[in-house]
Amino acid sequence: MSKQAQHWEKTRGLLFITLAIWFVFSIGIFLFGAEMQSSSIKPFGYPLSYYMTCQGSLGIFVILIFWFAGRQEKIDEEFGFSEREDD
Amino acid sequence: MFKGNFINNLPKIYGTYTGGFIVFIILMAIGEQAGMSAKAIGICFVLFTVLIYALIGYLSRTIQVDAYYLAGRQVPTVFNGMATAADWMSGASFVAMAGGIYFKGYGYMALLVGWTGGYVLVASLLAPYLRKFGCYTVPDFIGTRYGGNLARLSAVIVLTVASFTYVTAQINATGTIASVALDIPFNIAVYVGLASILMCSMLGGMRAVTWTQVAQYIVLIIAYLLPVFWISNKMGAGVFPHLMLADEVARIAELESQFGLGSIKNSAADLKQVPKGLSGITKAHAEVNTTPWKFISLAVCMMAGTASLPHVMMRYFTTPSVKAARRSVGWSLFFIFLLYSSAPMLATLSKLSLMDPNLATGIIGKSISEVQAIDWYQNWNQANLMFVSDFNGNGTLELNEFFMGGKAVVLATPEIAGLPYVISGLVAAGGMAAAMSTADGLVLAISNALSHDIYYKMINPKAETAKRLIVARVLLVLIGFAGATIAALEIQGILGSVIWAFDFAMSGLFFPLVLGVWWKRANAQGAVAGMLGGLAAGTAYLIAVRSGYPGFLDITQLTFGIVGSVVSLVLMVVVSLMTKAPDAATQKMVDEVRVPSGKAILGKQH
Repeated sequence: MSKQAQHWEKTRGLLFITLAIWFVFSIGIFLFGAEMQSSSIKPFGYPLSYYMTCQGSLGIFVILIFWFAGRQEKIDEEFGFSEREDD
Repeated sequence: MFKGNFINNLPKIYGTYTGGFIVFIILMAIGEQAGMSAKAIGICFVLFTVLIYALIGYLSRTIQVDAYYLAGRQVPTVFNGMATAADWMSGASFVAMAGGIYFKGYGYMALLVGWTGGYVLVASLLAPYLRKFGCYTVPDFIGTRYGGNLARLSAVIVLTVASFTYVTAQINATGTIASVALDIPFNIAVYVGLASILMCSMLGGMRAVTWTQVAQYIVLIIAYLLPVFWISNKMGAGVFPHLMLADEVARIAELESQFGLGSIKNSAADLKQVPKGLSGITKAHAEVNTTPWKFISLAVCMMAGTASLPHVMMRYFTTPSVKAARRSVGWSLFFIFLLYSSAPMLATLSKLSLMDPNLATGIIGKSISEVQAIDWYQNWNQANLMFVSDFNGNGTLELNEFFMGGKAVVLATPEIAGLPYVISGLVAAGGMAAAMSTADGLVLAISNALSHDIYYKMINPKAETAKRLIVARVLLVLIGFAGATIAALEIQGILGSVIWAFDFAMSGLFFPLVLGVWWKRANAQGAVAGMLGGLAAGTAYLIAVRSGYPGFLDITQLTFGIVGSVVSLVLMVVVSLMTKAPDAATQKMVDEVRVPSGKAILGKQH
C-alpha cells in the first residue's frame, strides 16, 4: 500500500473514533433523558440531564476537537505530510 | 498601528483595545454616578463601539484580491477562533437564547447541544480539507471539485437561500437594538444598523470583517459574562455561577410546585389579553420535558446545519495552514462555549430573581398594584416586553399571571436584579456587536459567492482585479439593502428564521460538501441532483407543514432539514452511481486534498 493510502486509512480510523465519541454525547445520551434526570450522579449538584445540556456535552466537544487535532497532527507527521511552517 | 508587523502585534493591539473598552465602561459608570441619564449612557455605548468597528473596517481597506476574499490567509489560530465565535453567535444567540431556555427548558437546550456539536463535524469532516483546497468561497469548492458551472450555480443558490434567510434576522436585530438605544423609529434604525454593518465590510472584505469580528467578540463576551457573574455574586448564589447554581436550580423546582406550575391553567379568554410575543412560565425549569426523538432531531439539524453554513466555513479559509484550520475550530468552539454555558445560568438567575419571595427582587406573590408601580416593570411594559394581569381577581400576582418577552431575559435582568444602568448599556452594545458581526459574515458570504463564482468564474473570467473588487463591493451594498428592506417588513421572529437557515443549508449543502471530500466516486451530476433536490424537498416540506399538513415522523418546520438532507443523500448517491465516474484528474485532486502538505489546489490569486 502506498504511503498516501496508509495515511488516509489512519485518518479515516481517527474520524470514526471521533464521530463515535461525538455520537455518544450529542445523540446517544439524550435517548435516555428521563433516566439521566433520575440518576444519582449529580455533577456539581445539578441533575445529570440538566448538566449535560448546559455544560457537559458542550465541554466534551471542545476537548474532543483539540484531541482530534492533536492526533491528526501526529498521523500527518508519521507519514511526513506535515506542512512547513512558512507555507 | 495597523501597518508593518501587524500580525505579530495582534495580542498587544487587542490587549490595548480590551483595556480601553474597560476604561470606557468605568468612565460611563462614573458618568452615571455624576448624573448622566440612562438614555445618554445607552447612546454612548452603542455609538462608541460602532465607531470603533467602523475605524477598524477603514484601516483594513484593501485592493488585493486575496486580502479581500481570504484576509491574506494569515489570521492566527486563536484570533480566527474569536472571529468565528463572533461570526457564529448572532443576535439570536445573544438576545434570545437565554429567553428560550427560560421559557422552554430542556427541550430548547437541544439547540445548545446542536450548535456546539456541529463543530466536531466541521473539524473532522470539512474545515481542514476545504482549507487545503484553497477556495475563496464554498461554491468555489463545489465548482472546482465537481467541475462545471451548473454545480457552481446550484451551490450559490443554496448558499443564497440559507444565508439570506439568516441575514434578515440579523439586520432586524441590529435595527431593534439601534432603535431602543438611540431612540429612533425601527424602520429608520434598520438602515442605521445596515450602514454600520457595511462600514465594517465594504472597504476591506474578509480582512476588515476578520478584525472587526475579533473586536466585536471582545465586547460581546464582556457584555454577557459581566452581568451573569455580578448578579450571581450579588444574590449570594455563588462566586462562579456555572459550578455553583445547583441549589438555585433546586429552589426553582420547589417554588414551581409551591406556585402550582402546571396545575393552574389560563383560559383562552385570559390569554387573549396578553400582548403578542409574550409568554408565561409553563414548563418546569430543569425537567426533561420532551421526547428523545424531538430533542435529537432538533440537535441533529442544528449540527448538520452548522457544518453546511458557508459564512462559518469560509472563516477557516483564512488560516495560514491546514493544521491551523483544525486547531482554530477548537478555539472557535471554546470561545462559543464561554457564552453558551452562561446562557442557562443567566436564565436560572433571572427566573429566581423574579420568583423567589425571599429575594427583594421577587415579584410573584406581591400585590398587583405594587408590581405595577415598580420602575423597571413600567419601562419594560412600555417596551412591550412585560405584562401582568390579575386573572383570578385576588389582587396578588400569581406565577401564571406574569408574562415576559424572550428578549427581556437578557435585556431586562440586569435592571431587575438592581445592577446600575451602565450594565444595561453594555448589554445593548454586546447585542449590537453580536448581530453586526454575524450580519457582516453573512452579507460577505453572499456577495463573495455572487462576485467570485457568478461574475468572475461564469460571466467575465477576464475581469481585472480592480473591476472584480468593485463588483464585489457593489453587490455587498445591494445585498445589504435587500436584507434591510425585508427586515423592515418584520415577517418572521428572530429565532424562527435562524433555525430555518440551518435547515436550508443542511438540505442543500451538507452531503455535497462531505461527500466531495470523503467519496471519490461522487460526480457533478450527483452533486447537482443532491443540492437542488435536497433544497427543493426541504422547502416543499416546510411549505406543506406551514399550510396545515401534519407531517410525518414528528418532523416539524424546525427540523425540515432532515427531509431535505435524506433526499439529497439518496439522490446524490443514486445519480452519481448511474452516471460516469469523475475523471482521473478530479480523483487525483481529491487525493491531494486529503494530504495536508504541499500547495493548495487553488492558489492565493485565482
